[in-house]
Amino acid sequence: MFGGIDPSLLIASLIVASVPIILAAIGELVTERAGVLNLGVEGMMIMGAVCGFIAAVTTGSAVLGFLGGALGGALLSLIFAVLTQFLLANQVATGLALTLFGLGLSSLLGQSYVGIKPPLTPALPFGPLADIPFFGKVLFSHDWVVYFSVASVAAVWWVLKATRTGLVLRAVGESHDAAHALGYKVVRIRIGAIVFGGAMAGLGGAYVSLVRVPQWTDGITAGAGWIALAIVVFASWKPWRALIGAYLFGGITVLQLNLQVAGARIPVEYLSSAPYLITILVLVIMSSAKGRGGRGKVALNAPASLGQNFHASR
Amino acid sequence: MRPVQGGGAMLRLEKRPSPSRFWQWATPVLAVLLTMIAGGIMFALLGKNPVEALRTIFWDPLFNAQFASYSRPQLLVKAGPLILIAIGLSLGFRAGIWNIGAEGQYIMGAILGAGVGLAFYPAEHWFIFPLMVVAGALGGWAWAMIPAILKTRFNTNEILVSLLLVYVAQNILASMAVGLLRNPEGGGFPGSRSLSKYAASSNPELIAGTGMHWGVVAAFVAVIGAYVLLQRHILGFHIKLAGQAPRAARFAGVNPQRLVVLCMGISGALAGLAGLFEVTGPAGQISIDFNVGYGFTAIIVAFLGRLNPIGILLAGLLMALTYIGGELAQFMLGLPAAAIQAFQGMLLFFLLAVDLLTNYRVRLAARKEAA
Repeated sequence: MFGGIDPSLLIASLIVASVPIILAAIGELVTERAGVLNLGVEGMMIMGAVCGFIAAVTTGSAVLGFLGGALGGALLSLIFAVLTQFLLANQVATGLALTLFGLGLSSLLGQSYVGIKPPLTPALPFGPLADIPFFGKVLFSHDWVVYFSVASVAAVWWVLKATRTGLVLRAVGESHDAAHALGYKVVRIRIGAIVFGGAMAGLGGAYVSLVRVPQWTDGITAGAGWIALAIVVFASWKPWRALIGAYLFGGITVLQLNLQVAGARIPVEYLSSAPYLITILVLVIMSSAKGRGGRGKVALNAPASLGQNFHASR
Repeated sequence: MRPVQGGGAMLRLEKRPSPSRFWQWATPVLAVLLTMIAGGIMFALLGKNPVEALRTIFWDPLFNAQFASYSRPQLLVKAGPLILIAIGLSLGFRAGIWNIGAEGQYIMGAILGAGVGLAFYPAEHWFIFPLMVVAGALGGWAWAMIPAILKTRFNTNEILVSLLLVYVAQNILASMAVGLLRNPEGGGFPGSRSLSKYAASSNPELIAGTGMHWGVVAAFVAVIGAYVLLQRHILGFHIKLAGQAPRAARFAGVNPQRLVVLCMGISGALAGLAGLFEVTGPAGQISIDFNVGYGFTAIIVAFLGRLNPIGILLAGLLMALTYIGGELAQFMLGLPAAAIQAFQGMLLFFLLAVDLLTNYRVRLAARKEAA
C-alpha cells in the first residue's frame, strides 16, 4: 500500500515530521488562550531555526542549539509583546510584521552558515526497548525533543486544566476586563504567554534546521508556522487535539514524500501542495461544524477576547 | 491588590475622542525617520558606514549622476505592482477583511494571463494583450475567491486560507515552468517563452526612459478609482463603516458576506493584474522565481500609506526606492540583500508603534499613591 515501505518506519517518521508543528502550535495555543492572536509564528519559527543553528554550530552542542532557538523565538516575540501590549498596535498587522521581519533577519543572520552540517541530535538510548518489534521502532527510536514535544502538550494541558495559573490565564483570555477588575495583571500575564509562545515556536524552528533538514537555507520553515496556526483552530484551542492535528499533518507530509520517492504518477509539485490543501480542508470542516445555537464550533470555542487589545481606562 | 495598571508609571495613555488628523499624516514620516536610525545601527553592526549606506539607498538612486539614469525609471517599474496590489489590499483591510495571500493571487494572475497569451503563439493580433490582461485579473480574482467563498460559506479564517494558498500557487508555478508552459525551444530549461519579446503579448516601456508601462498606468488608475470609491461611493462608505463599527454597519444594512466577496475579489483581481503586467514586461517570462515577494511587501505599503489611496501612492514609491537603493547598496557596498528585507520589516514595526500617537494622548502623570 505504501510502496513497500515498512509501516513502523512510516509512523516513526510521521512522529518526527510533526515535532516542529506540535511545539509551535502548543506555544501559540497558550498565547491565544490568553487572548492574544500572534500571527508571527512563521517569523518566530524561522528566527528559532537560524539562531538554533548558529548556536549549535558555534558551540558544537545541539542542546545549546535548541536553547538558542528558543531564545531567538522568545526575543522576537518580545517585540510583538511590546508593540501590542504597551503600544496597543493591531495584533493582526503586528503579527504579519513579525513574520516579514523574521524572514529578512533570519536570512541576514544565516548567510555565512549555508552548507554547514550541524552537530547531531542522537536518539535516546532505550537499550533493549528499542529492539521490540514494531513498537521499538515507533516509540523508542527518537531523540529527546520528540518526547519533550509530547511532554509539553501534557504539561500545557495540565496547567490549563488543573492549576491556578491556567485558570487566571484563561480568565484573561475570556474577559480581560473582568480579570482586570479582579486585580489580575492582564498585560503582564499576556506578555508571559506571548514569550512562551515565541520560545516554543523558536524551539520548533530549531528542530527543523537541526534535525529535520538538517542545514540552513533561507525560508527553511516553508509555512510550518502558518500550519501551526491552522492547527490551533483545528484543535479548538484544546492541547491534545493540537497533538492529533499535528500528527495528522505529519502523516500527510510523510506520505506525500514517500509517494514522491516511490515515483507516483502525480507530479511532485502537486504532491508538495497536499499538506497545505489538506490543512485548508480541515479548517473548513472544523469551522463549519455546528455547535450549540447554530454557530460554528470554532466560533464558540475561541477565547472571547482573542485579538482584542486591552487598555485600562484607570 | 490595586486595579491600577502600572501603578508607578510616569506616562499615561489617554484615548483621544477621535484620531488626531495631524498624527495620522505625521506618523508615517516619523516611522520612516526612526527606521533610518535603527537601520543605520543595523548597517553599522554589519560593518558598513551607516551614513554611506543610507545615502546609497535613499539618495543615490535618484540624484547620483552615475546611477540615476538607470535607477529613476526603475522607480516606477517597482512601484507599479506594489501600488496596484496595495490599493486592493487596503480596501479589505479597511473593512477588517485580511487578504494576506496577494502573492499567490499575483502568481495565479501571471500564470493564467501568460497561458492565454502563449496559446496564441506565434499569431499576431491586436486583441491578444487585452485578452491576457482580462485573464490575469480573472486568475487573481479566482484564487482570491477561494478564501472568500470559504469564509462566507463555512466561516473559515481568510487569513490562514489565503496565506496557505500562496504555497500552493508557488507549487503550481513550479509545475508550469517545467511542464505545461515550458518553452518547447528552450533546450529543456525551465521557464516559458519570452512574453516580452513576443510582440502581441509584450508590455513595453510606453515612454522611453521613464519606466512607465501598462502596469504603472493601471496602478495610477487604481489609485484614482479607489479614491473616488472611498470618498464618493456608497460601497466605499460601507467598507469604512464595516471596519470602524461592524454593529452599526449591520444596522445600516451592510451585507458583510457581500463585502467579503467584493473586497477579496477586487484585491485578488488587482494582484493578478500586477502579476500579468510583471510577467509580460519587467520579468519577461514565467519562471520558477519570477515573483519577488511584491505581494507581501504590498502589505507594508498599504499600512505605510495609512490605507489611503494617495498615501499608498507615496508609500509605494518609497518602498520601490528601498528596493532599488538596496540593490545599489548590494552592488556598491556589499550590503546583503536580506538586510533590505529586514529593513522593510522594521519600517512596519515602527509604523505600528508610533501609530499609538494617532489614537492616544501620552500624558505625563504625577505618581499617585493608591488610597
